[in-house]
Amino acid sequence: MLNMFTIGELTKLFNALPGAVAQGLIWGIMAIGVYITYRVLDIADLTVDGSLGTGGAVCIMLMLSGHSVQVAMLGALLAGMLAGMVTGILHTFMGIPAILSGILTQLGLYSVNLKIMGKANQAINVDKFDLLVSLRFIRNVPVYKNTILIVAVIVIILIVLLYWFFGTELGCSLRATGCNDRMARAQGINTDFCRVLGLMISNGLVAFSGALLSQYQGFADINMGRGAIVIGLAAVIIGEALFGKIFHNFALLLLSVGLGSIVYYLVYQVVIWRGIDTDLLKILSAVVVAVFLAIPYWKSKYFTKPVKKGGNN
Amino acid sequence: MLEIKGISKTFNVGTVNEKQALNNLSLTLEDGDFCTVIGGNGAGKSTMLNAIAGVWPVDEGQIIIDGTDVTKLPEYKRAAFLGRVFQDPMNGTAAAMGIEENLALALRRGGRRTLKPGIRNEERKLYREMLSKLGLGLETRLTSKVGLLSGGQRQALTLLMATLERPKLLLLDEHTAALDPKTARKVLELTQEFVDEQKLTALMVTHNMKDAIAMGNRLIMMHEGRIIYNVAGEEKKKLKVSDLLQKFGEVSGGEFANDRMMLAN
Repeated sequence: MLNMFTIGELTKLFNALPGAVAQGLIWGIMAIGVYITYRVLDIADLTVDGSLGTGGAVCIMLMLSGHSVQVAMLGALLAGMLAGMVTGILHTFMGIPAILSGILTQLGLYSVNLKIMGKANQAINVDKFDLLVSLRFIRNVPVYKNTILIVAVIVIILIVLLYWFFGTELGCSLRATGCNDRMARAQGINTDFCRVLGLMISNGLVAFSGALLSQYQGFADINMGRGAIVIGLAAVIIGEALFGKIFHNFALLLLSVGLGSIVYYLVYQVVIWRGIDTDLLKILSAVVVAVFLAIPYWKSKYFTKPVKKGGNN
Repeated sequence: MLEIKGISKTFNVGTVNEKQALNNLSLTLEDGDFCTVIGGNGAGKSTMLNAIAGVWPVDEGQIIIDGTDVTKLPEYKRAAFLGRVFQDPMNGTAAAMGIEENLALALRRGGRRTLKPGIRNEERKLYREMLSKLGLGLETRLTSKVGLLSGGQRQALTLLMATLERPKLLLLDEHTAALDPKTARKVLELTQEFVDEQKLTALMVTHNMKDAIAMGNRLIMMHEGRIIYNVAGEEKKKLKVSDLLQKFGEVSGGEFANDRMMLAN
């Protein structure tokens, strides 16, 4: 195999890997948000395609108007939570199916994001602004400024916070709501409130990830969230496929989602490196996620009957 | 303890499927009453329990639990007064959560859910103690996921959850109907034990007329959304299955009790 590629090509791939890891980690935060709705609350929330962009837009615009990076990222987080609340209210108070509620918010956010940015794309200059992360901070920077390290630390802090939260009384009632809402109500849990809260936390994380992403790439773009849900789901599924057998603790499950996201971007990088038409990348992602989503269904449908002696499953 | 005043409920109003499920139904339970509920399919037994629990609002009437008018309260707020066990063992517990986590959720019924730990260490002793009463060996499996338990185990656990924090009223909606006879017997024994021990007020829907007669101090028979027979005390003790069958025959216009009830005896 090796002799098929020149050393130069391999070096190109090798050089691209740290960037892939950084991007994977940033998207990992987004994927953890998706995990909270998709796995914990049992809702496929499409708001994220919009709220990722909202996070990026709010962060960049706040920084351009002179706010610190901390304020900008906090603003992004809150904007995302607000978006999640809108979806939650559409779903609970207005009785619209969850998936449609997310689509409605996502569509609305397109206009909101345009209005926040004033145009479809807003760039920020890494030399003039004090960014927390950037694709320029991957190599040849002091360790404490290294984007991979910073994002890794953020991911770990977030996992610790979420692990703590989902162990509290409130967090447990959120999990119960997603697991069996009838039982939850019978135990006195306000399931509507829990759903709204879960959607807020999830979209807050997604927007936070969008804030990091826009800094990393140096701009916020109206299309930056397109297909985000698919990438999030891919990370969740890859994480579960690779680590599901060994990770059972909730914190480790969240970690596996983050790792799943990194793997996704590494594979993505390899695919690009192999020279596949980049126009095809999105359909490739869609097909991969579709197949992985189908596997549990196929398993239950075709492989649960008693198999002849010696067979597995 | 429970006062139901003239509640009515019609489903699918204005469609061909319109059905009056409760028809001006009234019922009063005293503190400590254990009332069994029988009736044919569609008589409104489960509907009555759902009306009390607040699964949906009633069209008219009033429901008062221990002096509190709960008619307008949402389901999750009424839960503070109620312990509930459903027909389907899957409905009463959260499968993806551990046994102790399910119990911890139940222990906090009626309380505010805060950012305190969802389960405290000292609770575990109580849970082990309570679980050992079930005699199912669950006390050594506190952290096991409930999804791994059998239907009977889950139903026993649901019963424990319903009574862990003493409810003002225990609602049992055919809670043994989905179990095999032996397990059903066990769950019924546990039910009797819990009710006696805590002197609970309870409503138990059942299709088994022998059980309906043997258990509790009161019995009501429902038909077309209202109570058509209401016995208590000595009179109930003297009841025989044949009496109930005859009663069924009378109200349904000579048409005999449905197959399911026949099979249950």
